[in-house]
Amino acid sequence: MGVADEQIKMSFSYPSDSTLMIAFNGIWKIDQALPTAEEVKKQLEKGPGVKQVAFNSDALIKWDSGILTFIMKVLTECNRLKVQVDKNGLPNGVQQLLKLALAVPEKKDARERIKHIPFLEQVGSDAVHFVHSTGEILTFLGESFVAACKLMRGKGRFRSFDLGLFLEENGARALPIVSLISLLVGLILAFVGIIQLKLFGAQIYVADLVGIAMVREMWAIMTGIIMAGRTGAAFAAQLGTMEVNEEIDALKTMGISPMEFLVLPRILAVTIMMPLLCLYANLMGILGGSIVAVGIYDVSAMAYFNRTKEAIGLNDLGIGLFMGLVFGILVALAGCLRGMQCGRSASAVGDAATSAVVTGIVAIILATAVITIVCDVLGI
Amino acid sequence: MKQKQTHITVENITMGYGDFVLMRDLSFTINKGDIFIIMGGSGCGKSTLMRILVGLKSPKKGRVLYGEMSLWEADPLEREALMRRLGILYQSGALWSSMTLDENVALPLELYTGLSSVEIGDLVSLKLALVGLAGFESFYPSEISGGMRKRAALARAMALDPEVLFFDEPSAGLDPVSSKHLDDLILELRESLGATVVVVTHELASIFAIGDNSVFLDPETRTMIASGDPNFLLSESEETKVRHFLTRGQ
Repeated sequence: MGVADEQIKMSFSYPSDSTLMIAFNGIWKIDQALPTAEEVKKQLEKGPGVKQVAFNSDALIKWDSGILTFIMKVLTECNRLKVQVDKNGLPNGVQQLLKLALAVPEKKDARERIKHIPFLEQVGSDAVHFVHSTGEILTFLGESFVAACKLMRGKGRFRSFDLGLFLEENGARALPIVSLISLLVGLILAFVGIIQLKLFGAQIYVADLVGIAMVREMWAIMTGIIMAGRTGAAFAAQLGTMEVNEEIDALKTMGISPMEFLVLPRILAVTIMMPLLCLYANLMGILGGSIVAVGIYDVSAMAYFNRTKEAIGLNDLGIGLFMGLVFGILVALAGCLRGMQCGRSASAVGDAATSAVVTGIVAIILATAVITIVCDVLGI
Repeated sequence: MKQKQTHITVENITMGYGDFVLMRDLSFTINKGDIFIIMGGSGCGKSTLMRILVGLKSPKKGRVLYGEMSLWEADPLEREALMRRLGILYQSGALWSSMTLDENVALPLELYTGLSSVEIGDLVSLKLALVGLAGFESFYPSEISGGMRKRAALARAMALDPEVLFFDEPSAGLDPVSSKHLDDLILELRESLGATVVVVTHELASIFAIGDNSVFLDPETRTMIASGDPNFLLSESEETKVRHFLTRGQ
């Protein structure tokens, strides 16, 4: 029989009326089926007035943390029953480890952190949190505005290299995804529209449908949502990681405003690129629509583009570009806000990125509603 | 005197990144139960050497033997099994920030043992108690101090009762008292667990307090220029650079 097959044994004896002797035998390692401390508890409770527990480890072959957890439980039980423990019979290593484990008393109040929070307390806590976070958002907006004012007065401090990098990142590098989505949505919109319009023999008006829907609102919203998912999340993750690595603290201690140095170039870059991306998305969407109308439903290419030109007014284009500008600012603000609010852990960075996307999309939808109502009231 | 048993053998290790050679022809042995120090100035490749010893980075040349088993020539499954017998305390602690301390220590036990959750809970409490963090189970790493994080990371490193404990700059970022406590803890654990300990450091106080044996890596010649008991090297080393290092440039 190999050493590993040695059966674990624990036996009890009473060298005197008041002493319980626990003898260990075999291999006591965590990968073996170990006896439980319940057996010792039973012996202590049934024994005739046990005042002391002693150990015998002469037959113990090998041990690891498994024996330690067992003895810790025995010690707890003995402590509860006010029974003395003689540890001299334990191996030296076990004695040293027990001494180490018991050297610092357990922090008792720490476990109280896990508790059930009553419903009303939770509601109150959430309300306070809401007020607090609203204050944080307003502070952030205020600081962004001050930083923008400084920039306009030529006092904004950031590296022009960073601005160039963000312009590239949020402009040229966003083109593939914007192209794909715009082309496909233009295609889908044309398909859906043309099927209905064909019933009236009015296929040509699909150019109006695609053109107006795209230029006026649709593509600004689509591009905004794409950028919220792409850029907003990236900003939040970048700034969040900088917060975790104490890089933002380092800027502050050097007297450099993170709002100017980190936030401003990001907002500026997205604000500049968003209207341009919207314009590009418009073109791709119109192209998508024309593929369906010209390629499948035999509308002539010239007629399609003439119809589009007639349908889209300068007002529509202006509103679309204005929306793009507003959405750009909102997406960048949401990303930077959540990044700057990030905690100091990896999960906090993930939360910040998620929150940036959600905040960005909600802000885009709200802004669309407001702009649409204002345009309606003004008759634009 | 009882002959010490060799635990780790490093044979002609050359390491680097891409075409860049950081250190070449490193050969030394680490005895079972010793506290072995890898020392040298900043950027000399101490941490890279540790990464090679624990199986995180392959050497350009050479072998690392644990007993008879060659770490980098072993079957991937065997290497993985060997790596589980090593406990590593990273420089930053590297505790998983989204998990509480007990979850951090419990994870390797959940993955690599068939223990019940109650048994794992008992072991986790024991390991945290060993490093003086009893009762801090429900805390997140971000809620405790740097010294406590290091100790919690040590508890995680000890989760599977490793045969070898590796410490990468254990004193980095700690005050002298916390650093001393950590050194004492390393000594206590070596004595009680009988584990082999490998420490990467350039903290002289720690080197002299805990080191049984050491190697000195020299970034200029890109090889080890001395090995032996740090206290012996301090007084007897023929290498000026080593004495210069061990006397803080005096």
